[in-house]
Amino acid sequence: MSTAADKIARPPVIEMFDAAVTSTRAPGSAVIPDVNWCVSLDDYWVIGGPTGSGKSDLLATAAGLQRPLRGVHRLFGHELSGLHETERLRERLRVGLVFGDGARPFPQLTVAENVALPLRYHHGRSDAEVRRRVEEMLDITELSAFADSAPSALMRAFVPRVGLARALASGPEVLLLDNPLAGLDPRQVRWWLDFIAGLAAGHSSMKGRKMTIIVACGDLRPWTSQGRQFALLKGNHFLPLGGRDDLGRCNEPLLRDLTAAHSS
Amino acid sequence: MERTPASATQFPAEQARPKASLVRAFLDFAGSRVIQWMDRAHELIAFSLIATGVTVTKFNIAPRVIRPLVRAQIYRAGVRLLPMIGFLGCALGLIIIGQTVSLLTRVGAHTLIGTLMVTVVIRELGPLLTAVVVLARVGAATVVELGTSRAQGEVEALEALGIDPIHYLVVPRMWGLAVSVFALTIYFVLVALLSGYLFAFLQDVPLPPPEYFRQLASALRWEDFVMLTLKSAAFGIIIAVVCCYQGLAKPLRIEEVPAATTRAVVSSVVACVLLDAVFIVAYLLI
Repeated sequence: MSTAADKIARPPVIEMFDAAVTSTRAPGSAVIPDVNWCVSLDDYWVIGGPTGSGKSDLLATAAGLQRPLRGVHRLFGHELSGLHETERLRERLRVGLVFGDGARPFPQLTVAENVALPLRYHHGRSDAEVRRRVEEMLDITELSAFADSAPSALMRAFVPRVGLARALASGPEVLLLDNPLAGLDPRQVRWWLDFIAGLAAGHSSMKGRKMTIIVACGDLRPWTSQGRQFALLKGNHFLPLGGRDDLGRCNEPLLRDLTAAHSS
Repeated sequence: MERTPASATQFPAEQARPKASLVRAFLDFAGSRVIQWMDRAHELIAFSLIATGVTVTKFNIAPRVIRPLVRAQIYRAGVRLLPMIGFLGCALGLIIIGQTVSLLTRVGAHTLIGTLMVTVVIRELGPLLTAVVVLARVGAATVVELGTSRAQGEVEALEALGIDPIHYLVVPRMWGLAVSVFALTIYFVLVALLSGYLFAFLQDVPLPPPEYFRQLASALRWEDFVMLTLKSAAFGIIIAVVCCYQGLAKPLRIEEVPAATTRAVVSSVVACVLLDAVFIVAYLLI
């Protein structure tokens, strides 16, 4: 239970109370009908769930892309449904989202243009500033050599990094990642885990500010040593599990499934 | 009282029932198609209003991103179609206008050439034919592009970056196609009128060039310039909105894209012809 002092030091950034998460595939129906979840500043949440449990929809709702069917959804203390479009956009831009399935880079743009797009669209930065920031993002994601390539020309393992660099370019305070390790080899997995741990600890490209991280995944094994808070999506319900220490004490069968996947 | 045999009274009723059910089935079918058509028109109008609203409210937002996209659309739908429009204008001029000029001169009605050219080429054929060419070359491709983008989740990716998909995907196409159809119509009209006269000249029609251009100039009214501009730009906007609507408004599966493309072409042609009718009424009222 968080104390009052803790709440002041680490205010909530995403709050969902009795929120019914819907899906783009079936907009009228609730995929997860009762999410009660509070993400505080500097948290590192890992949410596990089998395929089709609604992980992507939960992240899209948490990021403010989808409205919950009912219930409360706050970003940085602001109830999203009550905000004007401009204010809503301002709060949403404080959250970065890296999609699953290759992070969805825009195929008609080059890698550098993908990363530059949010900077050129939203911020009044000069071309030189945009170029510097893009170079910095490509450098930290090790994509500099592919700046002028189309995303389709990249090796498959590097494509999600374009989405990562694009999401980080605007300097969000919260980063949501949807199954970022899917289909990656162990070396790539190590890179992603180290990079995200660096963001959570305070990366130089984010001016040393610690980022709040939320990861949704189908395999919890790589994340048990990384995350600080854990939750499961089971049978269309959101089950917070607690911290890393609580994982060992939890008897939830789904947790055993997700941490023992492919072990045989 | 004499009783009528049951079979005698039932026989006409049995004959009438299939006819009635056939009529009813036809009415049901026609009614459902009308409702379906009205639903689609309603959605299309709503999409058009949203797109127009975004065009106005975000006119000056992110010009560094939107203006290059508009230029790209003008290059794609305008500059690259110039040879095709030139060819069609030339062909139309040679085949139709040249023959018309020759025929009118032969029957002594050469004083009507200017009026006829202005009515047929400048007011009607130029904008409509150009719009059909742009629709075939660019509109259909737009539906496929946007349908694929939607299917691959690029619309959600734009929203995640705080970029309005209508602003990024639809508005540049509206501006680009409006400018392109207008510019191509001008080229089409010029090429058609010149090549038409060239054909007539080769057939030894006794109509000197100054007389031909004098007739054209005297037949043209200021309304023709205004209407040509408005009509051709409106055709471009209609093609852009209808094709974007078919590609973007609903999530498409890959196998649904060809049907959506056909719908876009048919809806665009119908909408352009309806708008053309409105412009004819406007001409008559002026």
